[in-house]
Amino acid sequence: MRHLLGIDDLGRDGIDEVMALTDSFVEVSRRAIPKVPTLRGRTVAWLFYEDSTRTRLSFETAARRLSADTMNFSVGSSSVKKGESLRDTAQTIQAMGVDAIVVRHASAGVPWQLTRWLDCSVVNAGDGWHEHPTQALLDCYTLRHHLGSLEGRHIAIVGDVKHSRVAGSDVRAFAALGAKVTLVAPPTLLPASLAGWPVEVSHDLDAVLPEADVAYVLRMQLERQHEALVPSLREYTRTYGLTVDRARRLRPDALVMHPGPMNRGIEIAAEVAESSQAVIREQVSNGVAVRMAVLFLLLGSGRPDAHATADPVPTEVPLHG
Amino acid sequence: MADPTVAPLLVAGGTVLDADGSRRADVRIGGDGRIAEVGPDLDADGAQVLDATGCLVAPGLVDLHTHLRQPGKEEAETIETGSRCAALGGYTAVVAMPNTTPTMDSAAVIREVQELGRAALCAVVPSGAITVGRAGEQLSPMAELAELGVTIFTDDGTGVQDDRLMRRALEYASGLGVTLAQHCEVTSLSEGSCMHEGEWSSRLGLPGQPAEAEELMVMRDIALARLTGARVHLQHLSTAGSVALVRAAKAEGLPVTAEATTHHFTLTDACVASYDPVFKVHPPLRTDADVAAVRSGLADGTIDAIATDHAPHTTEEKERPFDAAPPGMLGLETALALALTELTGPDADPRLDVAEVLALLSWRPAAIAGIDDRHGGPVVPGRPANLCVVDADATWTVDRERTASRSRNTPYAGRTLRGRVRHTIYEGTPTVIDGDATR
Repeated sequence: MRHLLGIDDLGRDGIDEVMALTDSFVEVSRRAIPKVPTLRGRTVAWLFYEDSTRTRLSFETAARRLSADTMNFSVGSSSVKKGESLRDTAQTIQAMGVDAIVVRHASAGVPWQLTRWLDCSVVNAGDGWHEHPTQALLDCYTLRHHLGSLEGRHIAIVGDVKHSRVAGSDVRAFAALGAKVTLVAPPTLLPASLAGWPVEVSHDLDAVLPEADVAYVLRMQLERQHEALVPSLREYTRTYGLTVDRARRLRPDALVMHPGPMNRGIEIAAEVAESSQAVIREQVSNGVAVRMAVLFLLLGSGRPDAHATADPVPTEVPLHG
Repeated sequence: MADPTVAPLLVAGGTVLDADGSRRADVRIGGDGRIAEVGPDLDADGAQVLDATGCLVAPGLVDLHTHLRQPGKEEAETIETGSRCAALGGYTAVVAMPNTTPTMDSAAVIREVQELGRAALCAVVPSGAITVGRAGEQLSPMAELAELGVTIFTDDGTGVQDDRLMRRALEYASGLGVTLAQHCEVTSLSEGSCMHEGEWSSRLGLPGQPAEAEELMVMRDIALARLTGARVHLQHLSTAGSVALVRAAKAEGLPVTAEATTHHFTLTDACVASYDPVFKVHPPLRTDADVAAVRSGLADGTIDAIATDHAPHTTEEKERPFDAAPPGMLGLETALALALTELTGPDADPRLDVAEVLALLSWRPAAIAGIDDRHGGPVVPGRPANLCVVDADATWTVDRERTASRSRNTPYAGRTLRGRVRHTIYEGTPTVIDGDATR
């Protein structure tokens, strides 16, 4: 595997491979000194065009635990602000000798575009409304830890599916592992077409919850309120929020998940997020091990050395002093 | 317009094909730039001979929808380079869209385009904006622009959103004998979109534009044509619903014409799966069903013309993220070959004949543009010699690097097409000889 762009790149076998590697890196993470020399000499760069706390910290922690060098490219104080193009920026970073670029961008498809211009590995850390594959992998790992196989399990994904890159990857990953997925949302928060999506749809969260092994609650994107997607946050909470009362409809062994950051009291009640059924913090800690597994798969032993094989720096790439 | 005194030409060995049918004939072009004689086995008599053996000799093509980018975006295209693309594609006239910088909404800008057009390799017919700055608020000085020869007005790039203003524009235009052309898109439904809304936009996580954003304005403008009696030309129709609406309007006898672009009958929204902005156009690429409907509309006369919507953009602009890249693709050099390959080929459904394709590319658009006194007319003595000579069976492979455009944004690079322009003659002067531009 050269890049990790989307879940479909992995398929079931690829997801299984990441899961197996994650087991090893969970063990590493539990050591007194959670660090191995696996990626010593490798360099991973972060190209985050969008604010992120948890994903970037998680990737950085993963890279450091593998002894990789890291390069942090902060768009806010970079030549991007001066109008530098995506291609020039990415090629300039690559020219400094990186083995992988981890990219987050508000526009869907940017990681795919980068692969047309770069020789190094590209990892999608979230693109637009499209995919966030490492989030889906850590979700799968967390679920497997609690449920064993996902085969035949029923996962309800609740909320703003349309604008959720997490949902985009989770649907693909959960279905690849044999789970039954039900999307629960008002039609305004669902994609325009679900043709080809291996999901069922419901607008009745109360009816779905008793059947679910997992209630996966998505973040309500408050900045979208002006788009009239729901009449009000109050009404959204009334109909689709995982309130304390509504959570009682879940089976006692059902799990509650959330990709964070949470809007407590809107899509999920604080009490539910802190309950014993919630595995939200576990998702975060598993994220580090999963990202270690992904970086190891892309850059680990036996993988080609990107800068040894890369073409010379193209003359048209401006180099910033 | 070309030099009034040109070297005499003989186009020899071809089959003349125009609205009156086809016949084996040579074409002699006199020093006045007009067709002097049409008949079999004419003597060269000292004229330069252009070999047309195995080719069709047809009226030059006319594009109702070209973006030449000048003034304002000369790094993407100029009137000269765009007109060279046109000549290489067999065109002798193009209607230049008004979304330049500044907008073609004043006599000064129209005059500038006309002046630059005098040195072009084809007739450059400036269209005027319907509203000042294409802002949809105040009518442009249509009468003043019509006096300068403007025959088509459009706010292309955006449709006129205000219903009452569009009604007034149609009423006013009808008194001037000019045609209003409309980019049909209700922006309140399409805002923020970058592709067709449907299965692919959902898969790719890109904001989509529903077909209804186009169809609602088609519906409104047909209603306004009925109300005012004014002529409306609907630009680059892309959806099955739009085609059905126009078909019904024509059955009703309303003065409505329509065009479709080559990309809307050759590409679908599935192409966007690569996230390559070369496939980003406006209106967006639609579904298989829409493509089939557009083809049916071309075959049964619902759609009157094939347009290119030739829209050059620099490589830098087209390397932005998909949602941020400007919409548009090149079209002038490939339109005829795409139409012949896709609409007359053995697998075409419905299948058109070559004469029907030329009607869509030449004489019908010439009539809509109001320039059929010089372009798209029959190949007969006395007419201005605006001709293209086409080898309808020759195949060639599209090479992005060989385009005459200043831009490179063709999605057809590497595609093998059938139908090649051998010569183009504009006002009696060859602009293309044996596939190469003469200047």
